[in-house]
Amino acid sequence: MKSLRKFLDKKKPLFQKGGKFAKFGSTFGAFETFLFTPNHTSKSGVHIHDAIDLKRTMIVVVLALVPALLFGSWNIGYQHGLAFGIERSLVENFLFGFLKILPVIVVSYGVGLGIEFISAQIRGHEVNEGFLVTGILIPLILPVNIPLWMVALAVTFAVIFGKEIFGGTGYNIMNVALIARAFLFFAYPSEMSGDAVWVYELPGNTPIDGFSGATPLAQLAQGASTNMASFGDMFMGFIPGSMGETSTIAILIGAAILIFTGIGSWKIMLSTVLGALAIGLLCNVLSVNDYMSLPPYYHLVMGGFAFGAVFMATDPVTASHTEKGKWIYGFMIGALAVLIRVFNPAYPEGMMLAILLMNVWSPLIDYFVIEGHIKRRLKRANLKGNA
Amino acid sequence: MSKVINLKRGLNIRLKGDAEKIFGTSIEADKVALKPTDFPGLSPKILVKAGQEVKAGEPIFFDKNNPEILFTAPTSGEVLAINRGERRKVLEIVIKADGKNESLDFIKADPQKLSREEIKEQLKNSGLWPFLKQRPYGTVAKPGSSPLHIFISGFDSSPLAPDYEFILKDQAGTFQTGINALSKLTDGKIHVGISPVQAGGFFSAIKNIEITQFSGPHPAGNVGIQIHHVSPINKGDIVWTISPQEVIYIGRLFETGKINFSKVIALAGSEVSAPKYFRVIHGTSLSGLLKKSTKQEIKERYISGNVLTGKQVDADDYLGFYDQQLTVIPEGDYFEFLGWAMPRFNKFSISRSYFSWLNPKKSYRADANLNGEERAYVMTGQYEKVLSMDILPVFLMKAVIAEDIDKMEQLGIYEVIEEDLALCEYVCTSKTEVQSILRDGINLMIKELGN
Repeated sequence: MKSLRKFLDKKKPLFQKGGKFAKFGSTFGAFETFLFTPNHTSKSGVHIHDAIDLKRTMIVVVLALVPALLFGSWNIGYQHGLAFGIERSLVENFLFGFLKILPVIVVSYGVGLGIEFISAQIRGHEVNEGFLVTGILIPLILPVNIPLWMVALAVTFAVIFGKEIFGGTGYNIMNVALIARAFLFFAYPSEMSGDAVWVYELPGNTPIDGFSGATPLAQLAQGASTNMASFGDMFMGFIPGSMGETSTIAILIGAAILIFTGIGSWKIMLSTVLGALAIGLLCNVLSVNDYMSLPPYYHLVMGGFAFGAVFMATDPVTASHTEKGKWIYGFMIGALAVLIRVFNPAYPEGMMLAILLMNVWSPLIDYFVIEGHIKRRLKRANLKGNA
Repeated sequence: MSKVINLKRGLNIRLKGDAEKIFGTSIEADKVALKPTDFPGLSPKILVKAGQEVKAGEPIFFDKNNPEILFTAPTSGEVLAINRGERRKVLEIVIKADGKNESLDFIKADPQKLSREEIKEQLKNSGLWPFLKQRPYGTVAKPGSSPLHIFISGFDSSPLAPDYEFILKDQAGTFQTGINALSKLTDGKIHVGISPVQAGGFFSAIKNIEITQFSGPHPAGNVGIQIHHVSPINKGDIVWTISPQEVIYIGRLFETGKINFSKVIALAGSEVSAPKYFRVIHGTSLSGLLKKSTKQEIKERYISGNVLTGKQVDADDYLGFYDQQLTVIPEGDYFEFLGWAMPRFNKFSISRSYFSWLNPKKSYRADANLNGEERAYVMTGQYEKVLSMDILPVFLMKAVIAEDIDKMEQLGIYEVIEEDLALCEYVCTSKTEVQSILRDGINLMIKELGN
C-alpha cells in the first residue's frame, strides 16, 4: 500500500490549485479519500473525533441492503422458473437473477456517480457519499423488465432535480431513489405497473397455465383476494414484485443491522409499522369490502412497505430531524400508505407516494416540534419570573 | 441530604493515560506567561515593559472594555518579553520568575467582616477577578453586575480529568474562606455540583453552600449542565461560575493578604510515560514538564486542557489561564488505507458500526485524526444523545449559521458555551466544527445585544 500512497502523493500536486489537472481536483480527491482515510487532524474544537464518518455510515447501509439484494436476485430466477415451468437449482436461480439485476446496478451507479462527480467538480466541492446508497436502492425498487435507458434517464432526473439543484447530499428535500422511481412511475406507467412487468420475460410471452405474475397488491386492488399468496410466502418473499423489495425477512435482517449500528432510526421504522396497523385496524372496523377487512399485518409484508419503512423512510436527510417529529413522520407514512392502497385502486402501492409526501411535510412537522420546544422553554422562564 | 439529579445522556470517552494520584517532583518553571487570548473578546492594554521587575499581584494588563478588571503577575520576576502575533495582537506576556514569589500586599481579613464592595475591590486589584466567569457566554464576569447565584462544579467529568478530591485535599479551611468571600457577592446561593462518589467527601465539610449530586456520564461535571438542571438561565439572568482551585486562590488571598498562584494540574494522556499530578505556578512554562515526561515515540500533540475543549500548544508554550490539565496524545496525521471500510479495533465509536461496543471497558489511544472529511449534516439525533439539556443542538447550530438572533435566543444560546457542546462535535459524523460555530454565535450575540 505504501507504493500506492507514494504514487498518489506524487500525482497530488497536479490536481491541486495551479496544477495541470486542477479542474479534476474533486475527482482525484474522491478516489484518494476512497483509498486512504485522509491525514487531516483537528484544527479547532475537539482534539479527538469519533471513528465514524459518512463513508462508514453509507457502507453500513449498503451492507444492510445486501440480504435484500441476494434474495431479490434469487427470486427473479425463481419467479421466471415458475412462469415458464423451468426447474432450476438455488444457485442457478440466483445467478439467473443476479445477471438480470447487475446491469441495472451498473447503469445506476455509472450514471449517478458520473453526475455526482461532474457537479462536485463544477462547484469545486468534495464528492459526497450519498449516492453510494441511492445507487443500490434504485435497482432494488424497480421491476426486473425495466429497460436500461429508462434507468439511466430516471437516475439523471433524480440526481439533478432531486438533489444537486438543492446543493447535494444533505440538502435534498425528497428521497432521491424514490424520485427516480416516481419519475418512471408517472412517465412510463406501462413499464412500472400492471401484472406482467414483475417477472422477467413475461411481458409479451405466455406463461404456463395458472401463473398470473400479478403482485398481491394488484390482485387486491382488482378486488380479488381469493387466490392470493399466503402470508408466509409474502413474508419470505416468494412473490412477484420489485427486484429487492419482496422478502420481508431479508429486509428485517437489514433493519436489524441499521438499528443495531445506530444508523437507521428505529423510531421511524416502528412508527411506520404502527401507522399502518392503526389504519389497517380502522379499515377492519369500518369494513365494507374484502380489501378493508384484510388483516392489518398483511400490509406489512406486501409490496414495498417493509423496504420503504426500513430503507426509504429512515433516510435521515429527508425524514423529520427532530426526535418527536420522527414519530409523527413515520406514523403518517404508514397510515397514508395503507389509505392509498385501500382507497385508491389506481395506485395499488401507496408506500412510494406516502414517503414522498411526508418528505415534503417533514420540515413542517419539525417546525411545529421546534415551536413547541421554544414555547416550553419560554414557559419555564415565565414561571420563574412570577415565582 | 443533598438533591440527586440523574443524567442519562452523555458519553465517557475512555482514554489511556489517566493520571496516577501521586505528585511528580516539582519542576521549578523559570518562566510564566499571561495570555490575553485565553479570554474570549478581551482587548488588552499592556501596563508593563520588557525588562521591568514585577511582584506577584502587580497589574500586567487590563481589558480596554472593562478597565477596572486587572490581570496581574502570577509570580515575581522580570518581564521578559511581550510577544505579538499578526496585526500586533498581543499573544503573551512572559515573566522570568525569580523564584522568590514576592507578592504585593492586599487586605488580610476575614471576608465575612468585609463588605461586598471591599471584597470586589480586593478581587479586582489582585487579579483574581478574571476567574469569575459569567453565564451567558462564559466571559469574565462584569463587576457591576450581581449574579442570581454562583455555581461551582465539584468534579470534572471530561476525559483524563484531574480528580478534585485529590487536588483539594487538606485545603478545606482555605476553600471555606474563599466561599465566604464569594457568598458576599451574590444574594442567591452558592451551588456546588458533586458526583456520587464524592458524597461525604471534601465538599460535605464546607458550609454556606448548596450541594447537588449529579450522576451520569460526561458532561455531568460541566457547570453549564448543572446550572441547567438547578436553575436554568433565561433571558436577562446572570449567574457566575468559578472552579474549586480558583476558590482556593481567593481563600489564600484573604487569609494571607498575598497572592499565591500555586496550583495542581494533571499531566495525562497516552503519550505521557508516567501520568501524574504536578504542583505548578499559574501560567507556567510547559517545556520542563513536557520534556521529561513524554514518550517521544511518534509525533505528539500537546493540549493545555482536556482533549475536548483544550487548546493545542507547542512544547515551549504556557499553561492556559483556566486549565488544570495538560494532555498529550498522538497527532495522528497519517493516511489509512481504506480506513472507512476497515474493522479498526483500536478506534472508539459511539455508533456500533465499529467494534468498540464489544469491549466497553477498553481504553483507547485516541489521536487527533479527524477520521473522515467534513460534510453537510446528514445524520440526525446524534447530538441529542450526548447533551443532557432541554436544547435542540442541531437547530441551535443552524440558527447560529443563519445568524438568526431571535432563534438563537429561543433555542437556548444563553445556556451553553463551547464545553457543553464539545461532545456533539466529537460524535458528529459530518465532522462539523460545533464549538467554533457556537463561539461565532456568542460573539454575534455580544456584538448585537451587548455583554
